Amino acid sequence: MTEAFEPVIVGFTCNWCSYRAADLAGTARIKYPPNIRLIRLMCSGRLDPTFVFKAFSSGADGVMITGCHPGECHYVEQNYKAMRRFILLQRTLAQFGIEPRRVRLVWASAAEGHRLAEEITNMVEEVRQLGPLNWPTAPDGVQVTRSVEAI
Amino acid sequence: MTSNPDGNPNGKPKFAMCWAASCGGCEIAVLNIHEKILDVDQNFEVVFWPVAMDAKYKDVEAMPDGSITLTLFNGSIRNDENEHMAHLLRRKSKILVAFGSCACEGCIPGLANFSTTQEIFDAAYAGISTDNPNGIRPQSAWDAPEGTLHLPKFYPVLKTLDQVVPVDYYMPGCPPESHQIGAVIDLVIQALHGEATLPPPGAVIGAGQSTVCDECPRARNVKKITHFARIQDALIDPALCLLEQGVLCNGIATRSGCTALCPKAGAACVGCYGPAEGVLDYGARLMTAVASVIDSTDPAEINRILDSLPDPAGAFYRFNLAGSLLRAGKAAWAADRVKA
Ligand code: SF4
Ligand code: FES
Repeated sequence: MTEAFEPVIVGFTCNWCSYRAADLAGTARIKYPPNIRLIRLMCSGRLDPTFVFKAFSSGADGVMITGCHPGECHYVEQNYKAMRRFILLQRTLAQFGIEPRRVRLVWASAAEGHRLAEEITNMVEEVRQLGPLNWPTAPDGVQVTRSVEAI
Repeated sequence: MTSNPDGNPNGKPKFAMCWAASCGGCEIAVLNIHEKILDVDQNFEVVFWPVAMDAKYKDVEAMPDGSITLTLFNGSIRNDENEHMAHLLRRKSKILVAFGSCACEGCIPGLANFSTTQEIFDAAYAGISTDNPNGIRPQSAWDAPEGTLHLPKFYPVLKTLDQVVPVDYYMPGCPPESHQIGAVIDLVIQALHGEATLPPPGAVIGAGQSTVCDECPRARNVKKITHFARIQDALIDPALCLLEQGVLCNGIATRSGCTALCPKAGAACVGCYGPAEGVLDYGARLMTAVASVIDSTDPAEINRILDSLPDPAGAFYRFNLAGSLLRAGKAAWAADRVKA
């Protein structure tokens, strides 16, 4: 396989802020790489670490979790919960030998389309440098989604 | 007797129990059902059970396929001998039960999936408690003057039983509690007499549907943790939830069925009954719970609190690593790939 490596990033976004930020980036025609697949949650507090393990074990190379800025969560303080889970998750993933930079937590308000696009671009480039994760439990079909040129 | 409820014209339905990679506690737990063991003998013909009787693998190989009614398989798949027995007994058995935590989810042997084969062998054959001056390591083949000797081949990644063969039922626990084993044996015997129906294939048997917390008598209030303590370092209130007192207790994520033996006796639940109903990844569920009760919104402080939990992966996946979504650490998987 000589194709260039295109990282697959799964993004879990909060409905009230970052999902709208991504929307805004779209309507404002701000470019960000198509490597990220966004999944909308009602709040970053819904982020169960299971989702992250599921993403990695199904072939993702990185996971981005996004939510409202501290103090701005629509469910009061669930994003703090997300932050604590995230820190614990990173520590646990490190013990699995998974580079902590493959998971990222980003706060982005609905107005920050630009910043979110930047964060996504940065993450894609950094994961590209880290190389494919290629977790052995992933079905081979994942390879198909790697050729993002076709999308 | 010409026939029996199993339709076996030669007598009683056949029973087998096999010991793969495990400590042997499961076998003891079966013997620990006391006089009920006589019911086993009365209702079953024990055809293979290395810990209790003399039988050889070739005896099992000679049996017709599907001729064993019930096989309790304890232990995980650590080497090619374990895998061979898993396939063989699957073929020979009508009902194959993953019996005990090792078979269900890897258990303590599965924790080795965080290490490479090299590290495991170093610990076992070159550790400070090992006297091995010639540095002898296990080989899968050895040329002796009398011919080549074979030992089972060690797998870099330990597997659960259902990762190598289809399993009919799961019976969790390290080991399964004897009263649960007794109840399952009763159920199977009743089913053989047409007096009960067995649960649908794939079900967890001999355990509850809830969590250990549900069976735990300790009082619960609000959990707000600012420091994790090891149980021997903390002054423990015997009536209060351990987690509330900063001792990591896995009861919240663990399937009920043990009657909360450990928290009742003053020790934290370590999770041997495996994931509670509906939990896909045991460690992730614990992470969710633990992160929820940490009492801070400041990243630096959260990190400081988590420093008092030095081995989160080991604590969260003590019994479930091989059965988790990731199954093993990257290094063990890398060695597995080389093997393949
Ligand atoms: S966390 Fe442990 S001590 Fe607390 S209620 Fe659950 S099982 Fe009991
Ligand atoms: S609503 Fe956006 S993080 Fe909670």
